[in-house]
Amino acid sequence: MIEVKDIYKSFGDAHVLKGVSATFEKGKTNLIIGQSGSGKTVFLKCLLGLFTPEEGTIAYDGKIYDELSGDEKRNLRQEMGMVFQGSALFDSMTVEGNVMFPMEMFTKQSRPEMQDRVDFVLRRVNLVDAHHKFPSEISGGMQKRVAIARAIVMNPKYLFCDEPNSGLDPKTAILIDNLIQEITEEYDITTVINTHDMNSVMEIGKKIVFLKNGLKEWEGTNKEIFKTDNKAVTDFVYSSELFKKGSPDVYRGKELEARSLKNEKSS
Amino acid sequence: MNYLASIGAYAIMVREVFKKPTKWRIMRALILKEIDELIYGSLGILIFISFFIGGVVAIQTALNITSELIPKYLVGFATRQSIILEFAPTFCSIIMAGKVGSYITSSIGTMRVTEQIDALEVMGVNALNYLVFPKIIALLLYPFIIAIAMYVGIFGGWFAGVFGGFSTSADFVTGVQLDFIPFHITYAFIKTLVFAFILATIPSFHGFYMKGGALEVGKASTTSFVWTSVVIIIINYVLTQLMLG
Ligand SMILES: Nc1ncnc2c1ncn2[C@@H]1O[C@H](COP(=O)(O)OP(=O)(O)O)[C@@H](O)[C@H]1O
Ligand SMILES: [Mg+2]
Repeated sequence: MIEVKDIYKSFGDAHVLKGVSATFEKGKTNLIIGQSGSGKTVFLKCLLGLFTPEEGTIAYDGKIYDELSGDEKRNLRQEMGMVFQGSALFDSMTVEGNVMFPMEMFTKQSRPEMQDRVDFVLRRVNLVDAHHKFPSEISGGMQKRVAIARAIVMNPKYLFCDEPNSGLDPKTAILIDNLIQEITEEYDITTVINTHDMNSVMEIGKKIVFLKNGLKEWEGTNKEIFKTDNKAVTDFVYSSELFKKGSPDVYRGKELEARSLKNEKSS
Repeated sequence: MNYLASIGAYAIMVREVFKKPTKWRIMRALILKEIDELIYGSLGILIFISFFIGGVVAIQTALNITSELIPKYLVGFATRQSIILEFAPTFCSIIMAGKVGSYITSSIGTMRVTEQIDALEVMGVNALNYLVFPKIIALLLYPFIIAIAMYVGIFGGWFAGVFGGFSTSADFVTGVQLDFIPFHITYAFIKTLVFAFILATIPSFHGFYMKGGALEVGKASTTSFVWTSVVIIIINYVLTQLMLG
């Protein structure tokens, strides 16, 4: 569980986070949604310790980050996995090299042990034939799978994903969302996902935090999001591609589901 | 003021590079890779340039000797002096600022904009040590390629002098051996080592702290080339004044 209390983060005059609090639960896919530029990435990077908030605290299973010693912080870092927006795979390494990298850096395991673990996580993300390919030689969806494999290879307690399905076609996006959800539940990870994709919201939005102008505008589940009266949220929800005419097939089921929820709300 | 802030940030970066070292087993592989890329990969262009520059220096010197009173061996002497003191260490370093410098800035800059550097830091890797330290170590071998450049440059001078009919081989060799001052070699190699450090760190600085996207990577490479050259030229002046003046 991650508890964020009243964090502020600014860059010069730009106040990006203006007092955000939220709780993210274990074994669940927690979503942060909001328009581009609403501070989702900055928020996630605060959770990762890449940015230090000027005010407020972040507690990981009760341990407050600011109160940890250097060593404890380092240990905590190693319990975190991150899937970056563009996958951020190391270009100079093969798929296998990328996934093995954290183990090579931080464990004393033997080569065969590491190899076993790499084979296991790559199989877990349904990637079998790509061990010796370079990131530039595989598709965006496969790159995402490798990024997920690299993020979970050290058995993290916390998994962070920044727009995990941006740049993917809708079908692949759903597969990636489902994969993240399965892994989260299977290994009981506290997962926090940034997205502006309504499809993800409906698919895996167990807990949703809506950011707007550096503040938490709304909080709830994917069932509740269609019932809220909050104008900012409804604007965001119904401006989605999903509710436009001529959306791709994969959306259609979701669209009906959403319509029925909307009707339910208005009736 | 801005420049001062950059110099400060650069100094902090250099200090960070030597902190929290990466596992030796991994670092060794990185160093070998950089030696291949930065040193071995630059050998060809430096040999090519040195040979022709040496040749041109010899021809120019010969053409400027019009008086019968000036001895013919001056061609060899002048070639040796200019190659060893300036052309090999300084001129080659400017070429390297273009070749190696822009490679370093664009490769580190690309890692920055694609969040690969963030990925390293999230894992708890000291990204500056991981990326910059192997480049500094690899470039410790830079004096070796400059020594080769000196040799090839003087050979280029001999070649142009003898085959262009500007000097006899014996005269040229006499000139090359005339009044040899070993300290000039020391001076040249101290310069070279300082330039090596500049070549590794200034382009890294421009790549590591860049912001933006692919377009900015290109801009950062250009800026990095300009600054690396400017710093090399200034340091060259200062060192020459201090050591020979
Ligand atoms: N390192 C940074 N320096 C300065 N400003 C930044 C930095 N990172 C993000 N910002 C600013 O913070 C705001 C929120 O950005 P971001 O978190 O990336 O939005 P989102 O991920 O929701 O699209 C933007 O206005 C952006 O310009
Ligand atoms: Mg973002």
